[in-house]
Amino acid sequence: MLFDLIASFIKAVLVFAVVMSFVPFLIWLERKLVAWMQQRIGPNRTGPFGLLQPIADAVKLIIKENIFPSGVEKITYFLAPMMSMIPALAAFAVIPFGSPVRIMGRTVNLQVADVNIGILYILALSSLAVYGAVLAGWSSNNKYSLLGGLRTSAQMISYELPIGLSVVSIVLLTGSLSLNEVVRSQASHGIWNIFPQFLGFIILLISYNAELNRAPFDLGEAESEIVAGYHTEYSGFRFAMFYMGEYVNMVTVAALVTVLFLGGWQAPFGPEIPLLWFLIKIFAFILLYMWVRATFPRVRYDQLMALGWKILVPASLANLAMTAVIIVLGGPNAVRILSVGSIVLAVLVGLVLKAAVALRTKSAPGLAPPAGAGS
Amino acid sequence: MTWLTFLIVSGIAVIFAGGLIFSRNAVHGAMCLVASFCAIATLFLLLSAEFIFVVQIAVYAGAIMVLFLFVMMLLNVQGQEGALAGRAPGQLLVALALGAALLGQAVWLVARGGEIISRPARIPAGFGSPEDIGTALFTRNLLPFEITSLVLLAAMAGAVVLARKAGLSPKPNGAPAGGKPE
Repeated sequence: MLFDLIASFIKAVLVFAVVMSFVPFLIWLERKLVAWMQQRIGPNRTGPFGLLQPIADAVKLIIKENIFPSGVEKITYFLAPMMSMIPALAAFAVIPFGSPVRIMGRTVNLQVADVNIGILYILALSSLAVYGAVLAGWSSNNKYSLLGGLRTSAQMISYELPIGLSVVSIVLLTGSLSLNEVVRSQASHGIWNIFPQFLGFIILLISYNAELNRAPFDLGEAESEIVAGYHTEYSGFRFAMFYMGEYVNMVTVAALVTVLFLGGWQAPFGPEIPLLWFLIKIFAFILLYMWVRATFPRVRYDQLMALGWKILVPASLANLAMTAVIIVLGGPNAVRILSVGSIVLAVLVGLVLKAAVALRTKSAPGLAPPAGAGS
Repeated sequence: MTWLTFLIVSGIAVIFAGGLIFSRNAVHGAMCLVASFCAIATLFLLLSAEFIFVVQIAVYAGAIMVLFLFVMMLLNVQGQEGALAGRAPGQLLVALALGAALLGQAVWLVARGGEIISRPARIPAGFGSPEDIGTALFTRNLLPFEITSLVLLAAMAGAVVLARKAGLSPKPNGAPAGGKPE
């Protein structure tokens, strides 16, 4: 009992510390990477390669005056930044980051809390994450903040649907809601979920980009339209909390996608070194998101909604239906059949989209094809 | 341990429920309700009903209350506090009568509670995992479940019909004609 309590405490503190210390590094990495892709230099004055820049920024933000603009709704304005950060950190609690290790003759799960409804827990927390943006937008007493808050929350609610539907397919494949079990089932299937759930993976990738409010889906803080969206009126440390929340969320999402689709901590080849492969996969994901951000221009709001409701939701429903049918009919071969079927389905969806876009451009040449669709 | 958790969590639930009633600001009230929902969800967890715990948070605290907040923000209820706080004639009397009835019912239940509460539950201990709920929902209660979804679908179609204005019908090529969707 005592051992378990101490172990849980140590794990919780460690995970918190590691995830939080990722944040400044990720900010530096993103600035450097995007600069490199845009043929700029990026931060290079503070420390070697500008590595100390995020620390300097953080210190600046923390010692800045805390401004309460007149006219803000004080309590809500105060609470909103916390509510955008806490769900992201709390969600990390159920993510397994390594196979169980033995310490002092006891087995310790490399996971803060091994709950048997881990997947549902994460979905529930991500539905609470909306409040940060909504309340910040409303309490700031600024029309651009309100617009940003409404946009962000509508976007997050819409994209929770395809996320949930794709995750259900994984649950069908695993037969359990525990994230540990998801990783173990991928080991026992001998194939990572990305293959039998290829379409689900693509859908989740796009949807989480929208859920994270990152470019090209950062409509809630589109600086060319609504100043900075829901955090326009925030400064100093409260602004830093929104910023940190965004990056913590990114780490959490990357870890979740790694667990759901990429075999969690398992090594693709070579020996299984604890944490190493997990970190490599997480960083691969984060780099992908940064690449996407540097590549695609921001979409229009109606394009965003159309992509979510007209493309991703039907596609994830099709994926779910196919998964369910093949699992029932395929028996022991279900995973192998799915691996083929899912890629076929993904190609099919892509072709249908391409045809639809071509048709639309032909009938209305003035309209640009919706970005992010197809391919 | 369980008792202590129960006392703390139910205390939180009651306090925030009070906050919902007494707060003058509609958005504060909604936030109190969210907190209360989360506390009640924890009570479900104490009853080993994990699935209901998650659904309570995801559906009530997450989805429904966000939509409530949407409506409040779009209508800017805060500015019309006075209008909302206005009283209908005889409201106090009706409220007192209804409140008294509710209180009487509660007292009666507590007084006779021994008989009602001590009846053995019809579900086995530990019931409430996602498997249990799913099995119950999709075998024995399939018909009510399907009927509920049909009713919800009808309600949704009705909402679409009511919300549609003549000028807002989409153009043939699918371009949005009116304001933004949502």
